[in-house]
Amino acid sequence: MAHAIPRLPDTQIAALSAAYRSAQAAKRRTTLIGVLVLAILIMVAGRVAEVDLVKLWNNAGQLTSYLGRIFYLDNGKLVFTDVADWYWGLGRWMSRLWDTLLIAYLGTLFGAIGAFFLCFAATINLAVNPAQRFLARRFLEFCRTVPEIVFALIFVVAFGLGPVPGVLAIMIHTVGALGKLFAEVVENIDMKPVEGAIASGATRWQAIRYSVVPQVLPNFASYALLRFEINVRGASVMGFVGAGGIGQDLIEAIRKFYYSDVSAILLLIIAAVMIIDLVTERIRHRLISLEHGR
Amino acid sequence: MKTSRMFPDQAAIRARHAALVAGSQRERWVTLAVVLAMAGVALLAIVRLEFSFARLGSGIVQLGTFLGLMVPPTPGTQLWALLKALAETVAIAFLGTLLAALIAFPLGFLAARNTMANRLVRFLTRRFSDSIRGVDTLIWALIWINVVGLGPFAGVLAIMTSDIGAFSKLYSEAIEAIDRRAGEGVTSTGGSRVHAIRFGIVPQVMPVLISQMLYYFESNTRSATIIGIVGAGGIGLYLAEMIRTYEWDQVAFIILMILVTVAAIDFVSSRLRLAIVGERTGRL
Repeated sequence: MAHAIPRLPDTQIAALSAAYRSAQAAKRRTTLIGVLVLAILIMVAGRVAEVDLVKLWNNAGQLTSYLGRIFYLDNGKLVFTDVADWYWGLGRWMSRLWDTLLIAYLGTLFGAIGAFFLCFAATINLAVNPAQRFLARRFLEFCRTVPEIVFALIFVVAFGLGPVPGVLAIMIHTVGALGKLFAEVVENIDMKPVEGAIASGATRWQAIRYSVVPQVLPNFASYALLRFEINVRGASVMGFVGAGGIGQDLIEAIRKFYYSDVSAILLLIIAAVMIIDLVTERIRHRLISLEHGR
Repeated sequence: MKTSRMFPDQAAIRARHAALVAGSQRERWVTLAVVLAMAGVALLAIVRLEFSFARLGSGIVQLGTFLGLMVPPTPGTQLWALLKALAETVAIAFLGTLLAALIAFPLGFLAARNTMANRLVRFLTRRFSDSIRGVDTLIWALIWINVVGLGPFAGVLAIMTSDIGAFSKLYSEAIEAIDRRAGEGVTSTGGSRVHAIRFGIVPQVMPVLISQMLYYFESNTRSATIIGIVGAGGIGLYLAEMIRTYEWDQVAFIILMILVTVAAIDFVSSRLRLAIVGERTGRL
């Protein structure tokens, strides 16, 4: 069965399709300008960053050959054929890896504690006054904008070589990163319990303890675990600047071309990061479902 | 807690709500166990990593001296070189992010459950991006230096590599979260699978992808400031050099430069995000 489709008068169609065409053309023009600007930016950036595609093309084989070479032992055999020789330094590396995990753990723990005490000052709903909020926010911003390895470089000079500067650098970065996330969580809480606590005579910190903390704890813990995972990755390179952990062995192996050691240590790091990734994800899912269950 | 004036008969209340009291008691034990375990590991770490008050104290005193020497920050005689290195840093972050986004785009489709039916391909793509993500940018920089030599190009490639892992994970999550009806509509009117992806899926995920890219551009600027430490271009080289030679006033100047640049890029990228994506798709 055919339906009659009402057809507009030609003049109206012409006007409408002209409007459609000009709207389309305007959209196309914007896209074109965007693409042009992007292209110019790419050219400039490529120039500044000394991008040399010819060199990349010519040396591309070196990446695969490098990645290949790290899987061969000194005697020319594949690493998998002689795992004992490949992981000759397993005891030492595991101990360094354990150091790395502990650096990440301590840095995350201290950082989370610091972030906990600072985050309330940076929120809209719980800061004592705008000046305090401004100061707290700028401080957190500073802590997370300066890369942790820069802090590590400075702390290595101040505290001496070893894991201590690594822990402190990770701690400061964690204060900044977690402080911001914690503050966002606190800004989303239900304020009624807080008002209730204050109305019954609680001090600020008592109100936080009994009305805010129960609401935010699962979220705080979940963010802290996520940060721990990131910090393990960060701690694995702290050794590059002398701040402890497995990075020291890794940079030595890369710099001195101990090929099979590079792959051995890299695989250890990747495995550790993956295991921690899986475990923290499990715990975080449980924490989040705990929160939704309430 | 003090005894309440309103309910003097606490024993009766306890008896009436025995289950609630016991439940919270169990929770308390769990909390105590978790806190004790965390404190135990922390103590172990403190002992093993050789924390001592003497060392912390002398270090903090040293830091105070450095802070004093940092005022006033000066560029020394190399303001021009520093500006050039800073431009290099931004260029590294920009190109690295862009290249990573382009390469991760197809990988995201390969790792998403609703666009890739083959479990093996999905599994391999995911493990591939996981292992790339497990290696820090600095390590990638060291590896790329072996390929293209010292300089900013190695930095671009390092940022690119470590971001491919992150992007393909984020993309596949975004693709899995879409509304599949648009794609089905395209297929029902006779479109092929490629058409369904192009007109049914890409328009939905594009805003998320672009906002993630802009967000990563900012965080990559931060990463790009440090890859110079291992020789892969940018301002990190100067920073490490100044710290090692104790030129604290110049260190402070470089850190200020980095802070200002990151703040500027943050401002520009959030403006761009609003302009391109609009406010509502910010969290998806």
